[in-house]
Amino acid sequence: MTDFNTIIEAIDSSLNSMMPHSAAVLVECILAAVCAIGAYLVFAIIMIYMERKVCAAFQCRVGPDRVGKWGILQVFSDVFKMLIKEIIDIKNSDRILYNLAPFLVVMSSLITFSCLPFARGLQVLDFNIGIFFIMAASSFGILGILLAGWSSNNKFSMIGAIRSGGQMISYELSMGLSILTLVVLSGSMQISELVEDQTRGWFIFRGHIPAVIAFIMYIISGNAETNRAPFDLPEAESELTAGFHTEYSGMGFGLFYVAEFMNMFIIAGIASTIFLGGWAPFYISGLDGFNEAMCWIPGIVWFLGKTFFVIWLLMWIRWTFPRLRIDQVLVLEWKYMVPIGLLNLLIMTICVVMGWTF
Amino acid sequence: MSFKNTYIGTIVYAVKSLATGMKVTLCEFFTRKVTEHYPENRKTLKISDRHRGVLVMPHDDEGNNKCIACGLCQMTCPNGTISITTKSVTDEETGKSKKVLVEYNYDLGACMFCQLCVNACPKGAIEFSNEFENAVFDRKKLVLKLNK
Repeated sequence: MTDFNTIIEAIDSSLNSMMPHSAAVLVECILAAVCAIGAYLVFAIIMIYMERKVCAAFQCRVGPDRVGKWGILQVFSDVFKMLIKEIIDIKNSDRILYNLAPFLVVMSSLITFSCLPFARGLQVLDFNIGIFFIMAASSFGILGILLAGWSSNNKFSMIGAIRSGGQMISYELSMGLSILTLVVLSGSMQISELVEDQTRGWFIFRGHIPAVIAFIMYIISGNAETNRAPFDLPEAESELTAGFHTEYSGMGFGLFYVAEFMNMFIIAGIASTIFLGGWAPFYISGLDGFNEAMCWIPGIVWFLGKTFFVIWLLMWIRWTFPRLRIDQVLVLEWKYMVPIGLLNLLIMTICVVMGWTF
Repeated sequence: MSFKNTYIGTIVYAVKSLATGMKVTLCEFFTRKVTEHYPENRKTLKISDRHRGVLVMPHDDEGNNKCIACGLCQMTCPNGTISITTKSVTDEETGKSKKVLVEYNYDLGACMFCQLCVNACPKGAIEFSNEFENAVFDRKKLVLKLNK
């Protein structure tokens, strides 16, 4: 398996030989940021195209196929349309907060995005409380949504933002519990270590029953975190026009849109990292030839393959179930997900203590 | 209290019903898609026989139609789409006077495709064809003369 650490160290040493250390660090920071933002945009484009095609397939249609071959230029034309749209100034809106909100949402998802391990060593942020950091960074996206709803001076936006706040803060809990279950299994919070540990078997297999329950819980709360159907109450178009981003036009709306898709990518990325082994290949102990063949597939392919599989799962859920009512959303969280999550955590702890895991 | 209403029962029932829904959509995901690629498949396009595209009056090989100029279609049309001009012709054998169709005018632009005229016709002289590409650049072209 290729180790990107060697490549990155080579770049680091060559930069250090060319310029003083502080300048080299600055250049490295800029390079990492550019790469992260580039990857972010590329994945956003892929995701939007995928969403439209997968949604069409679930509804027995073929989806966009007029702009370019198989409609691959559809996303670009949509972005172009968004760019040439007028940016409307809302009367009596809080100008600073109104303009700040989309950037907060994107910033939160960008920081979380940079924690994803794409391959061995190919990760921007990696430190001993990585999982903890991801949860903290992803939850301040709520702030942007609340500000967007508040500053738009529109009651629909406000209701959408309040719903979104209530929902996302609630589901953070069950998401945290399901991640904690896996942290108990692995005994580490560092993302690179989590993945390294899974090279001898993915956690979803090693943790068996509690891990599978945690995975299902994670998928449900991940769907709720990204404000997607069946939990799309914050933007419930039939009730609230578009919820918190009703008043946004042009690229302000575009940023929310991109952030929503990228949050889904991040949720799927974390799911594949902590449950399906990240860039770790599929491994069956005993079958050496098979394992050898699996190791030939590069880690980034494994990671993206798993991530897009989880994204497909999320889309499958999104295009199957109807929207819940707000009370049903909260009942599901507080009466079912949290108790089951706590119980599951207990089961996992017992399994780990008794050595019943693989 | 039945098992279905207990706490555990609701979870089991929920998982079951959600799985049913997901099975349905998964089947849908893999079925052949129903989308018609319209301008490309123009040659093979099959429009339902019951589609009401435009009103026509079928003529036989000698150019005769079944219209008896009774005017029922004109009277029944809610939009005043149909206007019939008739004349009286005296039959030479019997000597009786008989109404004959001169011109059958139909305004496609005013038609709402309710099919009342077709239902009203006692002879089945008019019908809707499934020809649907009726767009023209001038509204006057939508006024059609149906008889030959």
